[in-house]
Amino acid sequence: MNRKYTPYLFISPWVIGFLAFTMGPLLLSLGMSFFDWSITGTPEFIGAGNYIKMFTKDPQFYKSLAITIRFALIFVPLNMVVALILAMLITQPIKGVKIFRTIFYVPAVVSGVAISIIWGWLLDSNYGIINYLLSLLGIQGPKWLVDPKWAIFAIIFASAWGVGTMMLIFYTAIKSIPPSLYEAAALDGAGPIRQFFFITIPMITPTILFNLITSLIGALQQLTLVLLLTNGGPLRSTYFYGMYVYNNAFKHHKLGYASANAWIMFVVILLLTALVFRSSSAWVFYEAEKKGGKKA
Amino acid sequence: MKTSKAYKIVIVAVLVLIAVYFMFPLFWMVMTAFKTEAEAQSYPPAFFPQVWRFFNFLDAWTAQDFNQYLWNTILVTVLTTLGQLISCSLVAYGFARFEFKGKTALFMILLSTMMIPWDVTMIPLYMEFKLLGWINSLKALIIPAFFGSAYYIFLLRQFLMGIPKDLEEAARIDGANQFQIYYKIFVPIMKPALFLVAILNVLTVWNDYLGPLIFLQDRSKFTLALGLAAFKGVHSTQIIPIMCITTLMIIPPIILFIIAQKYIIEGTSGAIK
Repeated sequence: MNRKYTPYLFISPWVIGFLAFTMGPLLLSLGMSFFDWSITGTPEFIGAGNYIKMFTKDPQFYKSLAITIRFALIFVPLNMVVALILAMLITQPIKGVKIFRTIFYVPAVVSGVAISIIWGWLLDSNYGIINYLLSLLGIQGPKWLVDPKWAIFAIIFASAWGVGTMMLIFYTAIKSIPPSLYEAAALDGAGPIRQFFFITIPMITPTILFNLITSLIGALQQLTLVLLLTNGGPLRSTYFYGMYVYNNAFKHHKLGYASANAWIMFVVILLLTALVFRSSSAWVFYEAEKKGGKKA
Repeated sequence: MKTSKAYKIVIVAVLVLIAVYFMFPLFWMVMTAFKTEAEAQSYPPAFFPQVWRFFNFLDAWTAQDFNQYLWNTILVTVLTTLGQLISCSLVAYGFARFEFKGKTALFMILLSTMMIPWDVTMIPLYMEFKLLGWINSLKALIIPAFFGSAYYIFLLRQFLMGIPKDLEEAARIDGANQFQIYYKIFVPIMKPALFLVAILNVLTVWNDYLGPLIFLQDRSKFTLALGLAAFKGVHSTQIIPIMCITTLMIIPPIILFIIAQKYIIEGTSGAIK
């Protein structure tokens, strides 16, 4: 009766990988968060000690969490609006518009290391071309990477450069809306703006939900850019949560403490995702439901 | 909907303006790469180099062992892609073409693993790999790819779900076993989807920084992304070689994307629906 086991044989690579590289580490990490665990020396069980310390004795925990959430609150909506506008633009019936689709997407295939190097150079306080161009317009550009007030915007601009992925997802969603809907609306006298708000937006709400969740998770974990563009500075103004965890683990070698840090981020992400999902029944509009004449 | 000429002109103008935002940083990178240090730091800046110094690239490339970094990157990219193609196609086939106990639950678990933040698993993975002797070895980057990746499995499974059932029925009557059906019938059918997975994986692995940063230590093991980041640390006052290497590093992914964009756009859209 080997047929019964065949499907399990096919999925076995993933099952093994899941246990070895996901589930195992996840449990180990949870366990480690209850230990005083450094790379050298014997681990010592301290119960909830790491969590207590984090919440009561470590102001950097709150600061990093606040900076990261602030970044996500600015970046996620901005990125989504820009992606949607770009997607609308590249679906316009204009000859050659596909070239722009390619151009807008190209930065999304550039490595994070390269992005931070390129933007670090563009925003350089001494030789940066952006401040030179601003000066031609009579604007005194800020010292982007040196001024704690502005460094977070440097991160936002550099991240927003990779908006192409999200744009492409919106693009394909918009493309799949049946043209008959627009034709019917046009017959009823609805102009482009009404069509956008009453057809395009409702029809792509599932995609909006998808993009919202993936970009939220991505923003909360941002690390490459802060490591290489600002290194958490100036004055720790961009010391994001990912960097806080990374430094606790691999610089200060407090593996137990860093595991506890990471688990708090995991819980934050789970809560936020659950929140977004729960709210989605109020604003996401699935086609299957629409056919029954029901509007969510 | 009729579009007036004025409307079209406005849209094109907006598109061009936005294109500048996306292309100017790359243009500026390439221009800087050809200049001298003095030119790059002159004020007001000149847009084009006075002399196009192609040797800048050679100087930058030989300033560190970039041949080794390139070789490491190619090795990791090729082997992980091979690993993902084999493992993900097998697993996706298992999920898409069989009914078995626990299938729905297992598939839900697979999807939910995509939401786990990497910082949670990174620390224990580091310890696990240390125990296995994979730290400071390309094994840490390569071997896990042979056990599949949730997103690629999901992409391939979506593709396989759309293929009619009678295909394998006919083959089974001819006496082929399950593995032969997978290998001889489905792998050829899956080609476009496998191609998409290969491209996505090449782009991801080529660009990856955090994995190499945590698992590799010796310069002889560095990948291009890691070498470039380290290069920036060493030569932070010299912008020219950094811009040269950055240019060289991002050319292959851009070319790959331009060649394969049809697959990427169609393939990813099929999965999200």
